[in-house]
Amino acid sequence: MADESLYQEIILDHYRNPHHKGLRDPYDVEVHHVNPTCGDEVTLRVRVADGVVSDVSYDGQGCSISQASTSVMTDLVIGRAVDEAMKTSEAFLALMQSRGQLEPDEDVLEDGIAFAGVSRYPARVKCALLGWMAWKDATAQAVAASSGGAA
Amino acid sequence: MTALVDAGLAPYDVEVVRADFPVLARTVSGHPLVYLDNASSSQKPRQVLDAEREFVEQHYSNVHRGVHTLSQEATDAYEAARTTVATFLGASDPHEVVFTKNATEAYNLVAYSFGNAAAGSRFSVGPGDEVCVTEMEHHSNLVPWQMLCERTGATLRWIPLTDDGRLDLTDLDTLVNERTKVLAFVHVSNILGTENPVDVLVARAREVGAFTLLDGAQSAPHQVVDVQRLGVDFFVLTGHKMLAPSGVGVLWGRKELLDAMPPFLGGGSMIEVVQMSGSTYAPAPERFEAGTPVISQAVALAAACDYLSALGLDRVAAHEQALTGRLLDGLHALDGVSVIGPATTESRGAAVSFAIEGVHPHDIGQSLDELGIAVRVGHHCAAPVCRRYGVPATTRASSYLYNTAGEVDALLEGIATVQRFWRR
Ligand SMILES: Cc1ncc(COP(=O)(O)O)c(C=O)c1O
Repeated sequence: MADESLYQEIILDHYRNPHHKGLRDPYDVEVHHVNPTCGDEVTLRVRVADGVVSDVSYDGQGCSISQASTSVMTDLVIGRAVDEAMKTSEAFLALMQSRGQLEPDEDVLEDGIAFAGVSRYPARVKCALLGWMAWKDATAQAVAASSGGAA
Repeated sequence: MTALVDAGLAPYDVEVVRADFPVLARTVSGHPLVYLDNASSSQKPRQVLDAEREFVEQHYSNVHRGVHTLSQEATDAYEAARTTVATFLGASDPHEVVFTKNATEAYNLVAYSFGNAAAGSRFSVGPGDEVCVTEMEHHSNLVPWQMLCERTGATLRWIPLTDDGRLDLTDLDTLVNERTKVLAFVHVSNILGTENPVDVLVARAREVGAFTLLDGAQSAPHQVVDVQRLGVDFFVLTGHKMLAPSGVGVLWGRKELLDAMPPFLGGGSMIEVVQMSGSTYAPAPERFEAGTPVISQAVALAAACDYLSALGLDRVAAHEQALTGRLLDGLHALDGVSVIGPATTESRGAAVSFAIEGVHPHDIGQSLDELGIAVRVGHHCAAPVCRRYGVPATTRASSYLYNTAGEVDALLEGIATVQRFWRR
């Protein structure tokens, strides 16, 4: 099949053997995100401790792109400072919106560079962003709760 | 061809039909295009494109508003289109045909009109009243009724589905009862392919005095429709699924009802006398065509009706049934592939949803596109159906009058290729 440019081996690996999958305790915030056009969904939990993303766990159903992208995301954010992880998330978003025009930085995105081809398939970009958007939402909520938590 | 001969119909030359559709000659991903997304929208033949172009190039003007020649010619063409559509649907009076922008607007038109009716009128809907739909409705014939119930305090009920993709009519007599104001249901399902027993549902609605609305978005393009024989009060179609451009749909309704129903959208053309203190409204169909209508699209829709009538919808239906049978047989023969919806061509349209074990529909659709095969993946605007059958989405192949047995075989081979790729 000729669609190797979209379905990179790295993507297929993460799809078949997703990292950090399954919901875990403890966590600060749980969110549920859906892609209304295709019905893909993810339930995602985030734990933030001392400004660091100490754990991300998730469950959900979706296509290879959404599942693999969520798996790669957990590798990239777990154990990182929230600020740094947010920057990575922005870099991934920029790559997805590039329509194939951006050369991804492997130092920043690691396995995430395999998704460069996805940006040429506008219908699939939302799939690739599902887990990332859920993580960003949950993390922002966790940070807001901890900073407001003193009150 | 044997199905046609068996049915006593003249042979159907699909290659002659295909020659009318320029897009069918193109390639996708280096393969000949195999267009099997017709339940979503059909391709357009030259005859329809030519009719629209000729109208716009030679006779175009606004309608109903002028004395000059073009205005008259445009009005004549627009009204002739109404007559053509009425004849196509077996309607007795062209004034029963309301042009809308699509099917979705037509359901909203009826739902909002009923919602606008004064309390005590036969159209009014309020607390204690019920609206009944089915679990297999397209969102467009579901959400407007949910919204009507929310606005008025009425209760929405629905006819559930059986495991084999049909309406479960066990509790029909309680679901459609003396409190039921409207029974709105789909003629042929866009996701399951099921053709529903209109006679049974209409008979029950009549017993309790409920209005009936039939969603014909997936039937009118594929089979002979006779609204009088169907016995419904309202029938809806959408042009883009039946060879016409997007931007035009039709609400057919019994004249006596349309003339008595309150308007939905207000504006120009739908009025009789306008004073600052209030207005009176034109009779149907103008009452429901506020503003400049969809003029050239309506002319094109009439050309599409003419095209379908000339070809013979009974022959089209027989051709499609042969393709659907071939596809169903092929899918049943594949390991790890299951059909979601009726398993045979019995009371069934050409839309076939299926699942491939272990492969997500998005990935199936993408992989088939690499082979030039266009199918639709997702919930097909019928999310409750996916939920009912426990799938996040389906892959749907839907053929039309220009598809061939060879294309069905290409899809079946494509599915086998997809399975090999994703099972590595
Ligand atoms: C069964 C059915 N009803 C209604 C519609 C709505 O048609 P439209 O989007 O043209 O309003 C569709 C098409 O999407 C359909 O398949």
